[in-house]
Parts: sequence; structure tokens; C-alpha cells
Amino acid sequence: MGYERQKDFGTPAVRSESQVTLTIDGRAVTVPEGTTVMRAASESGGSIPKLCATDNLKQFGSCRLCLVEIEGARGTPASCTTPVAEGMVVKTQTPRLEKLRKGVMELYISDHPLDCLTCSANNDCELQDQAAAVGLRDVRYGYEGANHLAEPTDHSNPYFDFDPSKCIVCSRCVRACDEVQGTFALTVDGRGFASEISAGQTLDNFMSSECVSCGACVQACPTATLQEKKVKEVGKPERSVVTTCAYCGVGCTFRAEMRGEQLVRMVPYKDGKANRGHSCVKGRFAWGYANHQDRITSPMIRDSIDQPWREVSWDEALTYAADRLKTIKAKHGARALGGITSSRCTNEETFLVQKLIRGGFGSNNVDTCARVCHSPTGYGLKTTFGTSAGTQDFDSVEHSDVILVIGANPTDGHPVFGSRMKQRLRQGAKLIVIDPRRIDLVKSPHIEAAHHLPLQPGTNVALLTAIAHVIVTEGLAHEDFIRERCDWDEYQDWARFVSDEKHSPEVLEGVTRVPAQSVREAARLFATGGNGAIYYGLGVTEHSQGSSTVMAIANLAMVTGNIGRDGVGVNPLRGQNNVQGACDMGSFPHELPGYRHISDAETRALFEQDWGVTLDAEPGLRINNMLDAAVDGEFRAIYIQGEDILQSDPNTKHVAAGLEAMECVIVHDLFLNETANYAHIFLPGSTFLEKDGTFTNAERRIQPVRKVMEPANGMSDWEVTQALANALDLNWNYTHPSEILDEIARLTPSFAGVSWERLEREDSLQWPVNEQYPDGAPVMHVDGFVRGKGKFVVTEYVPTDEKTGPRFPLLLTTGRILSQYNVGAQTRRTENVQWHEEDLLEMHPSDADNRGLKDGDWTKLTSRTGETTLRLKVTDRVAPGVVYTTFHHPATQANVVTTDFSDWATNCPEYKVTAVQVMPSNGPSDWQEGYVDLTERARRIEGEMEPAE
Amino acid sequence: MSGSTIETLRRMADQIARNFEVMGHTDAVEATADHINMFWDPRMKQQIFADDRDALSPIARAAIDELAEGVEPAHQTRATVFNSAHEAGHSDAG
Ligand code: SF4
Ligand code: SF4
Ligand code: SF4
Ligand code: FES
Repeated sequence: MGYERQKDFGTPAVRSESQVTLTIDGRAVTVPEGTTVMRAASESGGSIPKLCATDNLKQFGSCRLCLVEIEGARGTPASCTTPVAEGMVVKTQTPRLEKLRKGVMELYISDHPLDCLTCSANNDCELQDQAAAVGLRDVRYGYEGANHLAEPTDHSNPYFDFDPSKCIVCSRCVRACDEVQGTFALTVDGRGFASEISAGQTLDNFMSSECVSCGACVQACPTATLQEKKVKEVGKPERSVVTTCAYCGVGCTFRAEMRGEQLVRMVPYKDGKANRGHSCVKGRFAWGYANHQDRITSPMIRDSIDQPWREVSWDEALTYAADRLKTIKAKHGARALGGITSSRCTNEETFLVQKLIRGGFGSNNVDTCARVCHSPTGYGLKTTFGTSAGTQDFDSVEHSDVILVIGANPTDGHPVFGSRMKQRLRQGAKLIVIDPRRIDLVKSPHIEAAHHLPLQPGTNVALLTAIAHVIVTEGLAHEDFIRERCDWDEYQDWARFVSDEKHSPEVLEGVTRVPAQSVREAARLFATGGNGAIYYGLGVTEHSQGSSTVMAIANLAMVTGNIGRDGVGVNPLRGQNNVQGACDMGSFPHELPGYRHISDAETRALFEQDWGVTLDAEPGLRINNMLDAAVDGEFRAIYIQGEDILQSDPNTKHVAAGLEAMECVIVHDLFLNETANYAHIFLPGSTFLEKDGTFTNAERRIQPVRKVMEPANGMSDWEVTQALANALDLNWNYTHPSEILDEIARLTPSFAGVSWERLEREDSLQWPVNEQYPDGAPVMHVDGFVRGKGKFVVTEYVPTDEKTGPRFPLLLTTGRILSQYNVGAQTRRTENVQWHEEDLLEMHPSDADNRGLKDGDWTKLTSRTGETTLRLKVTDRVAPGVVYTTFHHPATQANVVTTDFSDWATNCPEYKVTAVQVMPSNGPSDWQEGYVDLTERARRIEGEMEPAE
Repeated sequence: MSGSTIETLRRMADQIARNFEVMGHTDAVEATADHINMFWDPRMKQQIFADDRDALSPIARAAIDELAEGVEPAHQTRATVFNSAHEAGHSDAG
């Protein structure tokens, strides 16, 4: 397809029951009441010149280019601010309008350099288009007067430039930053002709300002003032392909805009249902890793991990892998083999990996990184609601009155959804934040949380029980809802439990350290403030009581009647782009795709017939148990697609010991990641730009991923898995992922109605898509819970075994930041490092004082498991007694200190609570230095130059 | 702190039992047995069956005793009830 800009209707779409009919240039047009004349004209195929209007921003009415004549009305009103009316008669093209518009345009152009031919936006510039549209040929005003032409360009942002000489001060950028992103980084200084756009304070540039590099202003700018650097470097795009972001679980839709085989830019797609035209710095800009020099594109093998890698052909690598796997299987049985699917790969690829393990290796030892993030969500919501997916779509937040955010940091972890949430909060919805750390949302421009409850890490269940205590004992429970939708007897048991005096906020204050009065006020607000929605993340799940916390959240939603309609619900914010999909596709050791237990003979028969194999009827090992079994010599071979368990999983030394004990470690990835230090076979992977398939986002939305360029390694990941399967004599012959999707639909009842053609037609579908829900289901549990009654589950607070004491007096909790993604394998290989060069340890000033530590000091962080060093950031964002860090950099290896403790029901690791001590240090620990050595040795490739001493 | 596999298994069993304790002894034993039955790999089960069970908490011990005798425990929570072959209702997306 050729290149065209996305259509811009000028003003946002309006939802209304009543329709209005008017006449525009002699044509009858019918639109929803409240629509502007500009949009009505645009929707009916016309176009009115415009500059300050764009359809993802509120109408502003400043440029006066969009004037129209309306019969019976005085003057020439601006069409972008005039709503339609029944029977209105509008003219958009008259000699008088032409003259007026030309005059306006002339003024704009007189302060704009006339170097269109050499401008990087030539032929892709709204100003140029509009000048042509109004028929402007020459400019009467000279350049003698005041102008902005000499202003220097701000190159500080690594991805886009700001060239004020080209600015027409339409303020679209400022409004985009305020309205869409909610960061309020830009200002218009001065008035009228002298006005100027600037980032932050007078001395700021884009990098030093509050800007988070979301790109909304760049997208909104009608000129080349704000423009991606890549457009200058590579040139104007020539074609575009719509695809889905491969970073987080929001699942933003983008247009990959291409010039030849080169990606020029990723532009958020306005029709994307998850993002509605918005993006964050990761999806928008951080895709440079795709052709980073570290990327490995040819297969490699070695006999043992102390040898250098040897580059070989695909055939040799696959045969080598297959031989090792066959030998181990013959000697030690199928249960000695297993693998890990990737939440970053497509549904089709994940499905194939688990098919290979179950059907080819012959064991159920398959697990996925959801184990270490949202497995408690699965357990908790399934127990209470009967089905465990999040209950709402993202749009639902527009109807919320009280938003409870617990253990999540949406502005950093799920930025595009964070911006949506902020829009609703600025409209007046109330906010309650439960988090040990003062996340940005607690206080940001025009937003302030009604309550921030900074609890002691590890006490979620106690705090939620205290909230429930207030609701029940103060008579705020929604009894009608409970009687209708839930099991009444179970409710009464639960109500008795939470009403016990020992669960009052006053008594539990000793555990949670949250003042009882704030707990009471927050509970009252949530129970009585209208539509209440709960959003949560890994701060809920990654605890020894992660599953219990999820159940406590579900109890809270049920007791307040906040389930089954827009604006309410329980919303897990999922980490990785396809973590929902990886779970749906049977990545857990106990269940086949579609959440059917492996012990069920009828389900197994379905798959056995389709695949022509016999399946093991017993559950397989979880990741952590695979590692234990490896140390015991019972587990010997693993195929890991697109995950870096050495860096991402807890207790690094234990993971290393497990991997080291194995005889065959196959890593299938873009880079020689940390896990690959222990690998014998490296199969190069492909990026999301190099494959077709689907991802499923946090709202259960299945969205297409489309190939925009050929894989640098020669094969998409699904093809690599297929080649490995065939080396194991499985005779697979898929020619396109759509055939895998057909197989998924055939074998998985909740996907029965999904197909590639349908996704091509409808862009996305929210499962279940089957006979009962032919078009999918945006909000779940609308007429009662999907299965039976809602169950209240008594959740008793059981403190973690990880305790502070004299040796380890502080609690460490971990998280992530906006510019980096997970273990950082991708984002560290982009300019995003400019925002986060290293992981820092946050500590409260009083704890720092006690230890004689200052901001920027090197510190040694020690736990019962291990130690690492990193630099200190002194901040009151964390409470006394609590320290915080991120885990994006392998040099820090925060997981060297995290423990083996895990959620009681799912073994999701307890990343969020580790007892630690922090002391001054001179620099990296012995372990860190040793690790650098090991990594250098482990990454040697034969024939490549050894790194200089 | 990472102990041997058997220590991990004991800790896991005790932790499950501890979180079900609030159901009362009899139900908690059933729920613990059911949970282990549905989620543990056969080797893990065999290892804990073979272990000296006195080290376990009373609920965990009773649950393991029951499983070791070959009793198939009934499902105690919906977490261990899965879709049947042609059903789409449940999910437990991690
Ligand atoms: S930078 Fe672009 S969007 Fe912002 S005021 Fe100038 S021309 Fe308008
Ligand atoms: S990139 Fe985003 S945050 Fe930065 S100024 Fe533009 S709109 Fe604001
Ligand atoms: S919010 Fe998530 S899905 Fe959207 S652009 Fe950012 S990383 Fe990608
Ligand atoms: S587009 Fe209507 S006033 Fe600018």
C-alpha cells in the first residue's frame, strides 16, 4: 500500500443517541448530535481547511482558517467550534471564505521559512497542504518584521527535534501533551505574534523538562517543527503496515511507516482500540534494537559452556539440538526434557512451543514467564469469579468514579493506559493508591490522590481485610448485589471473618503501618463513591500471598457491587505484550490450551487425535521446580524461547546452578542474553517486525501482528520452532501463522470464532469468540458471573517467612520505570538508556542519614541470598524502612538478592519483599566482577576478535 | 538460602496448608490434597510421599498421607476445576 497520512476529521467523534441532519455544500449529511460542522463535512467526504484542529484534541478555535458560512447566521463562524444543528445549511467554499482564508494563511507563512523543497517534511506537511488548499501563491508581508526564523533547533531528545523556526504556534503540541498524555510539559509563552512554544521552564530543553517522550506532540504538529530524527535520516515513508506493539500488555496499535525495507517511524494508529492514537516512548521510539550490532543472526553451537560459540548452518544447529534431545530422552525419559514459552512471542509461536514440548518432547514440563508475574491472578480470579481474565476493556475507565490502584504504577508500567486513567481523574474521578512507594500518580499535574496508603511491603492482605472490615461493619455492603450474584452463605462466613475486631484498621495498623483513619476514609470512599474500579499489578501478585491478595480484591469488588458493567471491575494490568496469550495457549504445565487440565482424558484425546501423538496425563514441572530437578539430575534439557530466566527469575545463583547442571540448553532469542551464558545451542530469533501472528493484550483483545520486513536471521520464530520439530521427525508443515491460528481455533473453545481473515476484517476480537459470544466480549460477567455465583473467599493474612531482623533491617521492593522494559534486553539497546543508565537504589533520607550515605554513593545491598552493589538515590518517595530498585540492567542483577520465597498457590516469586541491609561500598561486588568475566568468556564466538585487554 | 529439593517441597506443602487453615482442619486437608494433586509433577509427589512426613504441619501431613494412599481428593475450590473438553467458560490466565 502507498503512503498516506492517517485521516484527520478535525475534531473528536461524538457519541450520541440522537442524529442531526444538515446540508453542507448542497449535500444532506446526518451525524450524531454534538458533532462539529468540521467533522460533519469531513465524515461526508468534504474537507475544510484547518490548522489548529486535529481529531484527538478538543476543539480550540484559534487559527481561523476553518471559517464557513451558515445560512441565517452572522459572520463566518469557525467550523471546528460550531456544533451542527437540525436543518442547518452550510457553505464551505465561497469567494468570501477563500479571501479570508488566504489572508490568514499569508500571516502564518510570513513567519515561516520558505524552504519547503529542502524541508524534511516536504509533501508530508499540513501547513504546505493547507496553503495549497487555500490557493496561496505568494506572501505580501516581508520577513523584515519580528519572526522566529533564527531560533536554534533543540536536538536534546534522542528521537525527535524541535525546530522553533518552523513553528506556527497552533498549540496542538501543548494541548496534546496536556489532554492526551497528561504530562503538561509544554507551555506557550507570550501572546499573539510573539508567542513561543517551550518545554518546561525557560532554561529547559526537551530532555531536561518533564517530557516523557511519548511523541504525542510530534504526532500533533502540523509542520516540521516537531519531527522524528529518523525522517531526516532515512527520508519520508513510502508505505505503511498496521501492527501491534511488542512491549507491554496495553497492546497499542501502530502504523509501521516504511521506506523500502527500512523502518522510518512507528506512528500510533488512531483506530487502535487499545490506544486510540496514543503511544509511549517504548513502542513509539524504542525499536532500534531490531538492528542493533549485538543482534545474532546465525545459529551457534558448542559442546560445553566453557567453549567459545561456533557459527553453523541452520541444518547443523538443528540436527545437533535434535540429537542431544533424542539422546537425553532415550537415556532419561521424556520427563527430563522441557521448555519455556515466551510472552513476547505471538500466540501462534507460543502454541507451537508447547505443542513441541508436549507432543514432541513428550512431557508437560512447559512454563512461561507468567509464572513470575500474574499466575496468582489466574488462581485468585478463577476461585472467586469462576474465570480469571480481567473483567473490563480499557474504555471502561471513562465511566469510573473511584479508581483504586494497588501495587501498580500505570504511568510507568502501562503508560498509554495510564494516560487514559489520568484523563478520567482530571475529569474528577477520585483516586486511591495503595503502594509502599509514592508513585507518580499520587501527585501529578492536576491530579492528586484522595488517599495514598503507603503500606509495609507484604501486608496487602491485611490492608484489604481492614478495608473490608470498614465496609461490612459500617453497613456499606451492597447486599442486593450480593444476594443476586453471589453465594449468600459464603458471603456471611466472609463477613463474619472480616468483621472480627482483630481485622479493624486500628488493630491492623500495627501490621500495615497505615493510619487507621486513612483506611476508614478510603474504604468509605470506595464503597459509596459511585462506580468503583480496581486496577492492580505485580505489587499484588509477586508476594507469598499473591493469590490471596487477588481474592481479597475480588471480594472487595463483590461486596461493593462493582462487577458486571462499565466503569467498575477487577483489572489486572499485565506486564508483557502477550502474557495473556501465552496463558491462553497452554503454557502452564498442568493445562492444555483453553484452560483444560491435562488429566482430563477427553481433552487429551482431542489433542492426541489432532496431533497424532500420545500425551502425558500428569502435570509437568514449573520453572523453579525444573531448576531444582536439574540440580538433582532429573531434568536435563530445556528449550527457552524469548525469555531470559537468568536475569528475570529470583535467586540468580540458584537459576545459574540449575542451568549449569543441564546437558542441553537451547536458547532462542535475538541476543546472547544472560541465560545464553549457560546455553549449548543458540537459535537466532526474529523481532515482531519480522513476523505475522497475533498478540492478546490485557483486555483479552486478540490483535494482528504483521510482518513489515524480512527476518534478519532468515526465519520467523514460528518457523524456527517448526524446523526444530521437524529435526525431531514431527513432520510439521505450516506455511503461514494463519494455519496455526486455525488449529488453535479448532482445538480451543474460547477461540472457536477467531481466524486471520476475520482479524484482517475486524482489526481485533476480545475472546471468548464462540457461539455464545459471536463478536467477542468486552466486559465480562454482565448478567451474572460466567460460571455460577461469585464466591467470597476468606483470606487470612499470613506474614511472609522473609522477615527483617537486626542483620537485615530494611525491606527491598522492586519495580520498573517508563523508559525500560523488563530485563531491558531490548530497551537497553536503544537510546532509551538516556533516561535510565543504571538501576538505582531508592532510600528514605532518614535511613540514608543513619548509614552516613548520600545521594549518588555506591552502596552494597545484601540479603540472605546474595549481595550486589548499586548507586543510591535518596528520596522520600519510599517510606523509612523500605528501599526500592528496578531490575533492568544485568550489571546490577537485583535478583541476586531476591529469595526463593513464592506465592503459596502458584509459586509466583516474592520479588516485592526481601529483607536487606544497605552499607557503603567502594564499587562492584566480587560477584558482579566475576559475572562480567564469566559473561565475556561465555560470549566468545570463534573467529571473532577477542576483546582487547 | 535455597535448600535442597525436598526442603522446597516441604515448604511448599506447608505453605499451601497454612493458607487453607482458615477453612478448618478437615476441609483444609482436602483442599491441600486437591491442590497438590492438580498442580504437582509426579516426581514431586513421589519425593514428598517418600519423605519423613513428621516434619510437615498437621494439615500438610494429613493431605500427603491421603494422597500417598492413592485417594483422589474432591475439588475444594474452583481453582482446581477446569474446563471440560468442549467448554470455554473457565480461564486461569496467569
Ligand atoms: S511546535 Fe508544531 S504543534 Fe506546536 S505550536 Fe508549533 S507548529 Fe503547532
Ligand atoms: S513527547 Fe509527550 S511528554 Fe514530551 S512534550 Fe511531547 S507530548 Fe509532552
Ligand atoms: S503503552 Fe505499552 S503497548 Fe503502548 S506503546 Fe507503550 S509499551 Fe507499547
Ligand atoms: S481549525 Fe478551526 S480555528 Fe483552527
